[in-house]
Amino acid sequence: MSTILEGLYYAESHEYVKVEGEYGYVGITDYAQHELGNVVYVDMPDVDDEVTAGEDFGAVESVKAASDLISPVSGTVVEVNEALNDNPELVNSDPYANWIIKVQLSDPSEVENLMDADAYKAAIGE
Amino acid sequence: MENKRTCLYDKHVALGALISPFGGFDMPIQYTNIVDEHNAVRKACGIFDVSHMGEVLVTGAESEAFVNYIFTNDIKDAPDGKIFYGMMCHPTGGVVDDLLVYKMEPQRYFLVINASNIDKDVAWIMEQSKKFDVVVENQSEKYGEVAVQGPKTEEIVERILGIECSDLTFYTCKEVECNGETIIISRTGYTGEDGFEIYASHAFTNEVWDKLVGSGEVKPCGLGCRDTLRFEVGLPLYGDELTDEITPLEAGLGMFAKLDKDFIGRDALAAQKAEGLKRKIVGIELKDKAIPRHGYEVEADGKVIGVVTTGYNSISTGKSVCMAMLDIEYTKLDTEVAVRIRKKVFPGVVTKKRFYDKNYKK
Repeated sequence: MSTILEGLYYAESHEYVKVEGEYGYVGITDYAQHELGNVVYVDMPDVDDEVTAGEDFGAVESVKAASDLISPVSGTVVEVNEALNDNPELVNSDPYANWIIKVQLSDPSEVENLMDADAYKAAIGE
Repeated sequence: MENKRTCLYDKHVALGALISPFGGFDMPIQYTNIVDEHNAVRKACGIFDVSHMGEVLVTGAESEAFVNYIFTNDIKDAPDGKIFYGMMCHPTGGVVDDLLVYKMEPQRYFLVINASNIDKDVAWIMEQSKKFDVVVENQSEKYGEVAVQGPKTEEIVERILGIECSDLTFYTCKEVECNGETIIISRTGYTGEDGFEIYASHAFTNEVWDKLVGSGEVKPCGLGCRDTLRFEVGLPLYGDELTDEITPLEAGLGMFAKLDKDFIGRDALAAQKAEGLKRKIVGIELKDKAIPRHGYEVEADGKVIGVVTTGYNSISTGKSVCMAMLDIEYTKLDTEVAVRIRKKVFPGVVTKKRFYDKNYKK
């Protein structure tokens, strides 16, 4: 059974965004980290890069495969989770505490196109 | 077409394995996770279901001459129980398959081939056999096979299965009577560790699996870590480092192609050797942790100079490394090259293609 947190918004491609004010913290869900297996590298954008909802902004690499990261929101990257450079496995141990990028949202209403916790739970069949 | 299942398929499902297609079979990729399974084999003991591998029996008066004609390595006058690694080549020198040849008796040879190539190989072997007094029999459906691998394997196999194996040296085999059937056990594997492979009926293969896994001392291991293990010690996988278009010399396997005897593809390989190779498989170590994967392009001097054949973040060393087929002028050790991974280019240097030392008991 995957952990799904209330109050977050979820994309079909298994990223989440946690909104705090004008910022969104983007990461991958517990379901996604479990499907990927041991994460060994997170390919992140640079601060000040623009991200667009529905477009890839990096990748999470497990031992066996690379999986594109699709941004659930649009905006400007204001911070990347530097801890993942040395300890990418943090994505496995707690994917919600270990977000990947912090985005200054250009259009906060975009989250309405995403799923809430119940809808995501249904989407992954749990 | 539906994938085939091995005789151990139900065990994998019961253990909750992640199942994926490989070589025409639904195979277990991992049971828990690749890292734990990989480390179990490096440090203790793991068991793999490799029943998908194909087995072909060659018997008859001219079986030695025939096998030596289709096989790059030289089996002439080998003692019974000796095993050889080598390839079958096309007349062009490209590889039909890589395989093991077990010499059971002077007129009985047991060939172990890749699952993905069974149909192609059997057709090829049958076709070549027409000029020889031999009988070729595809026994792939008859045998189950497990590979038990890791430094603790010898002691565990003897104690738990009651099969003496400490008498076997590296790359030798013997037949043993067990439960009224004759099984084959060999000191071989595909992990870089000591270990054994056991060929037996479906029923006995299930018994071996249950005893070893049930003991709690042998970890079930999937094809995911089988690939990371073989990769780290520089062993090739057909489809990655070897194909119909890649020769043994280009793959760095010239020591298994004996050009001083006749075999299909020999003349092409001799000519390639005389002219000098135009490309070759080497190792590359990246400075970053980004992972070079099969099919990614390798660049230098502003142009594409090759392609990655297999790559991982090595579980045993923590480094991002790959094997890659490069233009010959870039294959010297320490040559600076770069691998294109998604939108970025990551610098690295050419290394040997063995990233971790083998730990065989010879």
